[in-house]
Amino acid sequence: MIKTLKQHIFRSPYQSLAAILVVSLSLFLIDTFILLGFGSEKILQYFESRPQVSAFLKDEAKPQDIELIKAKILTDRNVKSVEFISKEEALKIYQEQNKDKPLLLEMVTAKILPASLEVSTYNLGSLKNVAEMLKKEPLVEDVIYQEDVVLSMSNWMQTMREIGLGVIAFLLAVSVLTVLIVIGMKMARRKEEIEILKLLGASAGNINLPFYLEGIVYGAVAAVLSWGVNYLAILAIAPRINRFFAGISLLPIPLFFMLEVLAGLLGLGILVGFWGSFLAVSRFSKTVR
Amino acid sequence: MIIFDKVTKKFGEIVALDEVSFEIEKGEFVCLTGHSGAGKTTLIRLILGEYLPTTGEISIDGEKLTRVPRRKIYLWRRRLGVVFQDYKLFDNQTVAENVALPLQIRKEKPQEIKEKVEKILALVGLQERANLFPAQLAGGELQRVALARAVITAPDLLLADEPTGNLDPQTSEEMIKLFKAINEKGTTILMATHNREIVDELKTRVIELEKGELVRDEKEGQYHGEKKKKKIDDKVND
Repeated sequence: MIKTLKQHIFRSPYQSLAAILVVSLSLFLIDTFILLGFGSEKILQYFESRPQVSAFLKDEAKPQDIELIKAKILTDRNVKSVEFISKEEALKIYQEQNKDKPLLLEMVTAKILPASLEVSTYNLGSLKNVAEMLKKEPLVEDVIYQEDVVLSMSNWMQTMREIGLGVIAFLLAVSVLTVLIVIGMKMARRKEEIEILKLLGASAGNINLPFYLEGIVYGAVAAVLSWGVNYLAILAIAPRINRFFAGISLLPIPLFFMLEVLAGLLGLGILVGFWGSFLAVSRFSKTVR
Repeated sequence: MIIFDKVTKKFGEIVALDEVSFEIEKGEFVCLTGHSGAGKTTLIRLILGEYLPTTGEISIDGEKLTRVPRRKIYLWRRRLGVVFQDYKLFDNQTVAENVALPLQIRKEKPQEIKEKVEKILALVGLQERANLFPAQLAGGELQRVALARAVITAPDLLLADEPTGNLDPQTSEEMIKLFKAINEKGTTILMATHNREIVDELKTRVIELEKGELVRDEKEGQYHGEKKKKKIDDKVND
């Protein structure tokens, strides 16, 4: 069986390679969509876990005033937490964020940084209300909130999911058709051999199994190939991604997650390969008794 | 053993076989004669299950062909051996591999396959050619490989469709000797041929077809013999 399978694959290596590459391309893009989804989810989680409203306080705000504002904000059921950041703490955060820029550090002191209240909410819809409430406070200088960032990310992810699903369905159909065409061509070229085998008493299993296995091998090889290329690409661009998304723990992607992705791609690849070969065999079987 | 019961095969309007009936007993050697287009190959293909009769029935040891489901036809074919005029060997396999193929299909053990292949190649005188490829053999040798492949499974019935069609007279004679030797070991043979010398020399049962009709069935026939009156003549006489 293995010998026959090898013959099937290597007797027309370019056809086999074409099938593997087309399925690989599809699985590579599917893998990319999965990883982009994973990354976007992480970024969204990061933004959601950060304080979503920052209210900068005027210098004249006294501790008891600040406590009053905190208490007032906390009466809103949508508010998860309110944290006071003093001028000194703000300086520390600034220094941490700019530790490799000594020139900037020299110019900034605690005096020029405002103290602030960092507010987190349970849902993004209530950000605007909290921000409006804070803006009305006379001791609040300015209010910024991340509603736009988080909402647009969320919308972007939803759009990406919808487009991704469409593209994936299209690519899977192309892959199945490619395997069908390649295996169908191989069967047509071996028609006489198949006829002889049938006359010698070969069962449908004897004849068809190597073709099913061929499709499965195409799918499995394509899955490993696309996963490997993607993994190597991630490793290659990891430093740049880490610099760009400083503070968000995107990379390295957990190995277990990558292995789960590999298992998923293998399953999908095998399914695509089997389905393509199954269609080719069914189509061919109608022509030979 | 094998019974043709009023078998008719039509391809559209063309009648390839017309109500052909005969019986072949176990161990018989039967020559199937007739001109090109008489229906010899159609008859062999019907026995192989490549076609189904339009009407009538073919049975081997009581098993009826029309009752065999398509997915089980391979079991029917495993009872048969077949030799073709154009050998139908696999060019990318050696002589031994070609001969071993029916046994591999039946999933026999490698050691048993090896022993059987050696034995059968010795029978057809090709043990020295076991590792050569078909392209390296002469016509007579190729036909002996095809014969070895056909009989290695000890089939109930050996079908041969013009097995000497591509061979010179001397090689044909050697092939016929092999067929006779195999028949003497108990294998039933149905051989389609239009080689007069072979039929006359064999002095065995002859079934003759003409335009799809069985016109002669003689116990120890010659290539030429007295034909039955054809149905069309009967109709005219009526």
